[in-house]
Amino acid sequence: MSYFKKDKRAYLLLADGSVYQGYHFGCEGTTIGEIVFTTGMTGYQEVLTDPSYCGQIVMQTYPLIGNYGINNSDMESSKSWVNGYIVREWCEAPSNFREAGTIDAFLKSQGKVGIWDVDTRQLTRKIRRQGTMNGAITTEDVFAHKDALLEKIRSYKIVNPVPKVSVSKLGWFYERENRANHVALMDFGYKHNILEKLLQFGCNVTVMPWNSTMEDIRELNPDGIMLSNGPGDPTDNIQVIDNIKRFIDYGKPIFGICLGHQLMALANGAKTEKMPFGHRGLNQPVKDLTQDRVYITSQNHGYAVVNNTVDPSVGQITHINMNDGTCEGIAYPDIHAFTVQFHPEASAGPNDTRYLFEKFTDLMERGQEGCL
Amino acid sequence: MPLKKELKKVLVIGSGPIIIGQAAEFDYAGTQACKALRQAGLEVVLINSNPATIMTDKAMADEVYIEPLTEDVVKRVILKEKPDGVLSTLGGQTGLNLSMALARSGFLDEHGVELLGANVETIDKAEDRQAFKDTMRKIGEPTIPSKVVESVDDAMDFAASIGYPVIVRPAFTLGGTGGGIAATPKDLHRIATRGLRLSPIHQVLIERDISGWKEIEFEVMRDGKGNVITVCSMENFDPVGIHTGDSIVVAPCQTLSDKEYQMLRTSALKIISTLKVEGGCNCQFALNPDNFNYAVIEVNPRVSRSSALASKATGYPIAKIASLIAVGFSLDEITNDITGKTPACFEPVIDYIVVKFPRWPFDKFVYARRTLGTQMKATGEIMAIGNSFEQGMMKAIRSIELGFDTLSVEKYRKASDEEIVEALGRKDDERCFVVYEALYRGIPMDQIHAITMIDMWFLDKLRHLAIMERDLCEKGIGDDRAAERITVARQLGFLDSTIARLTRLPYNPKTCHVELPEAVEKQIKMKPYASFKMVDTCAGEFDAETPYFYSTRDSENEAEEFLEEHASGKKRIMVFGSGPIRIGQGIEFDYCAVHCAWALRELGYEAIIVNNNPETVSTDFDTSDRLYFEPLTAEDVRAIVETEQPDGAIVQFGGQTAIKLTQHLDEIKVPILGTDPKYIDAAEDRELFDECLERCGIPRPKGGTVFKTEEALAEANRLGYPVLLRPSYVLGGQNMIIAHTDDDVREYMGIITSHEIKNPVLIDKYLMGKEVEVDAICDGENFLIPGIMEHVEKAGVHSGDSISVYPPHTLSEKVQQTIIDYTGKLAKELHVIGLMNIQFVVMDETVYVIEVNPRSSRTVPYISKVTDVPMVDMATRIMMGETLKDMGIDHSGLHPVKDHVAVKVPVFSFSKLEDVDTQLGPEMKSTGEVLGVAKTFEDAIYKGFVARAGSDIVRSGAVLLTVRDIDKPEIIDIGRRFHALGFKLNATVGTAKVLRENGLPVHVVRRLSEARPNIGDLLENREVDYVVSTSTKGRQPGIDEVKMRRKAVDNSVTLMTALDTVRALLGCLESKSALADIPLVDITKI
Repeated sequence: MSYFKKDKRAYLLLADGSVYQGYHFGCEGTTIGEIVFTTGMTGYQEVLTDPSYCGQIVMQTYPLIGNYGINNSDMESSKSWVNGYIVREWCEAPSNFREAGTIDAFLKSQGKVGIWDVDTRQLTRKIRRQGTMNGAITTEDVFAHKDALLEKIRSYKIVNPVPKVSVSKLGWFYERENRANHVALMDFGYKHNILEKLLQFGCNVTVMPWNSTMEDIRELNPDGIMLSNGPGDPTDNIQVIDNIKRFIDYGKPIFGICLGHQLMALANGAKTEKMPFGHRGLNQPVKDLTQDRVYITSQNHGYAVVNNTVDPSVGQITHINMNDGTCEGIAYPDIHAFTVQFHPEASAGPNDTRYLFEKFTDLMERGQEGCL
Repeated sequence: MPLKKELKKVLVIGSGPIIIGQAAEFDYAGTQACKALRQAGLEVVLINSNPATIMTDKAMADEVYIEPLTEDVVKRVILKEKPDGVLSTLGGQTGLNLSMALARSGFLDEHGVELLGANVETIDKAEDRQAFKDTMRKIGEPTIPSKVVESVDDAMDFAASIGYPVIVRPAFTLGGTGGGIAATPKDLHRIATRGLRLSPIHQVLIERDISGWKEIEFEVMRDGKGNVITVCSMENFDPVGIHTGDSIVVAPCQTLSDKEYQMLRTSALKIISTLKVEGGCNCQFALNPDNFNYAVIEVNPRVSRSSALASKATGYPIAKIASLIAVGFSLDEITNDITGKTPACFEPVIDYIVVKFPRWPFDKFVYARRTLGTQMKATGEIMAIGNSFEQGMMKAIRSIELGFDTLSVEKYRKASDEEIVEALGRKDDERCFVVYEALYRGIPMDQIHAITMIDMWFLDKLRHLAIMERDLCEKGIGDDRAAERITVARQLGFLDSTIARLTRLPYNPKTCHVELPEAVEKQIKMKPYASFKMVDTCAGEFDAETPYFYSTRDSENEAEEFLEEHASGKKRIMVFGSGPIRIGQGIEFDYCAVHCAWALRELGYEAIIVNNNPETVSTDFDTSDRLYFEPLTAEDVRAIVETEQPDGAIVQFGGQTAIKLTQHLDEIKVPILGTDPKYIDAAEDRELFDECLERCGIPRPKGGTVFKTEEALAEANRLGYPVLLRPSYVLGGQNMIIAHTDDDVREYMGIITSHEIKNPVLIDKYLMGKEVEVDAICDGENFLIPGIMEHVEKAGVHSGDSISVYPPHTLSEKVQQTIIDYTGKLAKELHVIGLMNIQFVVMDETVYVIEVNPRSSRTVPYISKVTDVPMVDMATRIMMGETLKDMGIDHSGLHPVKDHVAVKVPVFSFSKLEDVDTQLGPEMKSTGEVLGVAKTFEDAIYKGFVARAGSDIVRSGAVLLTVRDIDKPEIIDIGRRFHALGFKLNATVGTAKVLRENGLPVHVVRRLSEARPNIGDLLENREVDYVVSTSTKGRQPGIDEVKMRRKAVDNSVTLMTALDTVRALLGCLESKSALADIPLVDITKI
């Protein structure tokens, strides 16, 4: 036996040419992606299965990952979407009553390449300083093909990933026929818990493919529309933004989360920008300006709505990030819509802003009241 | 919400003396509070009876009262100072209880004083067992089936209805005093009886035992606006049932999925919101390891030991933020000091793991019951930071200073498998070592888990350490995986010295490296020394400027980077802290280390603190220029030296822990500032020291050194009884006894020689004289004695356990002059630069020296405060090159005597430690101290007694006298004086006979071992107010006298075991002073 699973070398090559040596877990092979870090100390399974991470190599800043294993219920989607996984140490003997396997076995089952025993803090600090960068994890001899690999790394770009992660057919989640609210959940890569929360709050939900049109919506005749989270640069989604403009005219309450928030802003004339290294973690403080209260939120985004591009006659910024002042929420009172950059559905992360789901159902029931 | 407008002046109530369950963490909290409030522009008045703290320093508050913490005294301070508010949540249970009493009685309202940080309703809901349960039920938070009872019968009835085992928790006691787990009705009867008595409201909670559930804690905060955050989660290594203060604790939680974590986090936030706490709050949960069931065990709506740990673990200053919230600020208005940019309204995330390990006093109290339960027994703790659990645990083991560098313990290694399996079932301080031993020899983890219920995750991690230790030992570097093994061992936290020991390879103490064959060495890619990472509250997400570091074996060294970016050109001086708080090495040393750092910074140096105690002010990251949270071993320090390249190191202020580093630092050419290492050695080495005294012409009690029992007997008889026996190189009088007979010597040598004996046993003639103590500041040329301290108890009672009086009240002018002369001679002879502490015995006007410590001592904070001589500051200046003359001290000698008397009274934690003999002797037993300051000796000591008891002294009633033969002549006068005061006298046969022969009416009481009713009944029924007990035999819990003394302690009857203490008390009783008439003293005006 080797010392604690240190069997096979793996390498992490960054776009700047630097190489980090570690050991491999999950699958063998080579994978390229945009490297991002998340600071959550729990919730790695949710991270691995969150479609918003599509195309990215995710690094955990918390050093001990996999302690409670992988279970059958904490999946945020049907599979893992990450391009690769970086941890300092993974746990081969997880301990939890729901544990159904190790993280290593899960990555293997998902065909994902992982690297461990690297100094994740050093990498995090590098990304913080230099911004998000591309990189590759490989179990091959990195030095033999370094230049070729570097070229691939440098040209790598996540382009229009939403269609990849979205369903292609409608999905119906009706708990009871006589439920008051029926929500059309626009799937741009939705996290399972958004659906879960809507169901918990008494809604029937129809999950709709990313490219569903106004006509599709009209046919469904929902009481409200949920614009889901999802991966990538929001401006890639030209067709979706166009569709959303028409949803607005439809007049039913809209609730947008993360990418949904950005797309709604774009549809209303605001701009988005790429952040240096994004917000990824479970501890982001967000102030609800309407209540003068700060909430701790779960976040995962690399783009943000530019504050001063929000037309105050259309939308009002309701939430800001306490750390850097970025836009975290917009209300569109005239059209009964509100959107947030963070994840009120949690999983992983705090449930402190679940009140927003209540607000959404309220809005669907008493639409005339407005939403500010 | 900004600062409350009506607030201009705030009273901060401290927590009083250090006792088990309420220790240095409240000095840290209180100091942060005072600093934060003054920064917010408030005038701060402080009251705390503990003179050893930083918080009672003149510099910390505008008015400082080192006065007894009783309701009456606090009222008087309020009347005098007229504060606008009282901060109630920073002074532990003591501060909280006092604040609540003042609020409930209407006193605060009457005088227009606002209760800050808490309200009565909140506290009642959290602390009153039934109210708490009702509140939890109302908000749908589960608790454990339980019932509050006020009688033993009700307790028995309820237990019968829910089934055994049950847990007994007394209401309103700190550290769970008087609680316990009862497995049988008989146990319950005993524990409930004691619990009811110890609870000030005569209530205990009986609850179902949920053994085996995980114990999880959350530190949460809330502000007046209703913003709530979690600072830190913590998971106990031990399942519920062992007090969290006695558990190994890790942060953050390790075995909880996000679902479970969020479930408990949501619950904690719901609780703090419901209770409307404004400040910090600790929520303890039990979590069923097999499903999502949980129960709220306890809520502490105040700053606590756990919050100090959480602050140090994350970098988030809970006490400071709690203070600011209490005076009106909201979380979003307060800046996170660590990033300097982001607000305090966020949740820290960490990218390392923290291991807290308790330090128990069982090495001192060898006869104490080591079983751990709901009553805390640890005196202190350490914290270790690593990037794996294994690394954290290895650092923890070194930090705790029990002489281990792995978790292997010799006696368990030698035990049979059966013995190990049996020992696994014992919940005591050594269980983690037993678990380790079980893993080491391959006992299946399932079996260990089934017995201990310790989570498999922890067991697996310990197994890694066991495998590595075994491989290093058995395979060493003998195979082709040597390089990998050494690399991984270092990553797991093994020191090179440990690797060398296990592999039997040479170790170079200078480089601190194991000497590997070149072939192996070449393959190792690791940097030669540990690197350092920063504690930044945000896992690297933001640029932080915190100079707070821990070591890892990674290549990137953030400390080095920090030093380059913040190059100040200033000289760097390392100051060592004193590690975990233990009996004999307490908070006093932290006071010294902190003052040294402050002085250095003021002088224009960079101060670098190395320490591992999470409870203290020294490990607050803004005390020094840089803080290294590390074990205090030569090799751990070596890595810091490599990074810092310090210009000097100061070892005088960190107790024996720091002194032990001297030799290594000297070897690697780090200049030791202050007294030269060779003179430190001269004071510590018996022979060298004897030579030194001889050269100075200073007498010392005759004595010698022995190894064997026969030698000891011969020497004892040569010297004549009584004699003092102790091992050389000891701390706080460990394993020290006074032997009166050959049998005593035989018993003692029997115990000592049962261990391997490396250092000789010292045997001295014991002089029954007055003990006097002096601290001096010396610059090599001149010296200054701030004050001479005379002990009330005769030599033989450890100086730390004696009542100490400044200025001396019975010493002749001549004796005092001799003491001053001897101090000067010794300062010169030992070339002391900085501080020294000398202990003298005065007998028949002859002054003998018994001990010299070339370092700071536990009396430094107290004597600095009462004489207004900033000793540590001056000593630091001297070490940095100034002279006493430079500071305006022209003549060597004694500082002008102040016109007040200050009496330091020791405080014990006997009620927490079962089976410990309470008789005072040469072994130190106290955990803390209080101070009484007044114009006369009687008034000062009176204040001291009140401060120790927390209530006024009893002026009438009954006493029980039972003394050994040699004390019988003295007891007559004592009996007479008690009688004259109207006390009823009780005594055991022998003592009664003497009293009766001298015409005193006395009631004879039967001994504990005799037929009832006997002493036991007298004590249980609290028919006596004072017990005076001395005996030749002691220590062993089976002895009648020891049992009797335990009974007195367990029944909260004031017990005295030194006749000198009794006489001092009698002096107070006889003086006509009433506490209310003795003026309050603001020490900032001394």
